[in-house]
Amino acid sequence: MKYAYYPGCSLHATGLEYDLSTRQVAKHLGIELWEIPDWNCCGASAAHNTNHTLAVALPARNLAIAEQEGLDVAVPCAACFNRMRAAQAAARNSEAMRQTINDIIGMDYRASNETCALLDIMVNRVGLETIAEKVVKPLTGLKVAAYYGCLLVRPPEITGFDDPENPQSMDRLVASLGGTPVDWPFKIECCGAGHTTTRPDIASRLLYRIYSGAAAAGADCLVSACPLCFLNLDMRQEQVGREHNASFSLPVFYFTELMGLAFAYAPKDLGINRHFVPVAPLLESKELLRHPVTRREET
Amino acid sequence: MELTATKAGAAKELQRLEKAAGVEVRNCYQCGKCTAGCPVAFAMDYSPRQIMRLLQLGLYDEAVGAHSPWLCASCITCSTRCPKGVNIAGVMETLRIEAKNQGLVPEKAVGLFDDLFLQSVQQNGRVHEMGLILRFNLKSGKWFKDAAFAPKLWRDGKISPRAEKAGREAVARIFARAHSQEGE
Ligand code: SF4
Ligand code: SF4
Repeated sequence: MKYAYYPGCSLHATGLEYDLSTRQVAKHLGIELWEIPDWNCCGASAAHNTNHTLAVALPARNLAIAEQEGLDVAVPCAACFNRMRAAQAAARNSEAMRQTINDIIGMDYRASNETCALLDIMVNRVGLETIAEKVVKPLTGLKVAAYYGCLLVRPPEITGFDDPENPQSMDRLVASLGGTPVDWPFKIECCGAGHTTTRPDIASRLLYRIYSGAAAAGADCLVSACPLCFLNLDMRQEQVGREHNASFSLPVFYFTELMGLAFAYAPKDLGINRHFVPVAPLLESKELLRHPVTRREET
Repeated sequence: MELTATKAGAAKELQRLEKAAGVEVRNCYQCGKCTAGCPVAFAMDYSPRQIMRLLQLGLYDEAVGAHSPWLCASCITCSTRCPKGVNIAGVMETLRIEAKNQGLVPEKAVGLFDDLFLQSVQQNGRVHEMGLILRFNLKSGKWFKDAAFAPKLWRDGKISPRAEKAGREAVARIFARAHSQEGE
């Protein structure tokens, strides 16, 4: 299994654990990731709120490079994924739009390849049975609130792989790793996105709802598939708690980190030591740091 | 006047907006489901439903000048849930673009962030997170916003003073051509 890999800007900066853990688990599962050479930024919200054409042309260039290699595209970041699927749909739905895109990028993009969320690839292409077979250190007793946010599941005609109101793919993945997904009402609520920078007063309120919702559901931690959501949820937790006279201690994981832990990788090799909310106490209390001795002796 | 009747005012602007956003404003029957699910409606001057009503009434300038499109987080909950298939997120996005073209930016910080983000992409081909935030803080006058997070981000190797650069010529060309396209 080989994919064109589009890490996106965040995975080379604040989201580097996501990149690290993605590469580890992909290798472990025999997925070859071919990083798109010279890839450019997808333009994110700033582009689509400024210029409709720019918003589809920026991602299309990356997709066109992957297409030339005959490869489907694996995108870990939910925000990039959304912009790239929008560009793919724009090119597929209108020949005139496809021509416009091609005039702008100076390439012949035919949208014959498929752009996939990394989560979709893991759950629906690799498959949960295959993943479960690789688990040597099940996440027994770990109660996880799966947080999908917005752009992984909306609008469904663009994202196209999970239910927009009650998505299940991350919950099912957690279960296949031996963990316990909790049922909770805020899995698709917005984290505030860029408002943590521009209107922190608004974002704080949204984040507070998510933390309290996860805590009330009895979750030990949150799991995310987006570096922007992750940064908001992890870095701002203490601050938002303080602003609401509350205190939360909910470690946040990328789903690839949980996979890596279940495959018995050391937290350091997955980047888990670089989070803001300390993770070690939780992993210790659930005995998730112990090496799977029996398995080692077997091999 | 019928609830869903549309007034004739600002017909040309309205037509342009409907085309760009892919909606027909008269399709909205004012049920309020969009507003009920909107995470930032509490901070808006006009809720998503009210924005639709303004447009139905031909009060285009009111809608373009509103804070709402700038506070919209592009979460797409409204469009996903609208029982009439109205793409309200697209309306918000189109109003924001239109407002900017008219030089109206009621939420200065939001407008500044968009501009600096795109500048960073245009210059480097990729967005340079640290440069973006520093520039934003400087220009918004909130010099030390989030400065407390910086040392740990630095230690963890998550921020760097050097911008990654890639595909710069291709990206510069995309910017130039896309801008002339939309200007047409
Ligand atoms: S949900 Fe749709 S029909 Fe209902 S008020 Fe909003 S735009 Fe109008
Ligand atoms: S897309 Fe904007 S207007 Fe629609 S629900 Fe989300 S924040 Fe509200």
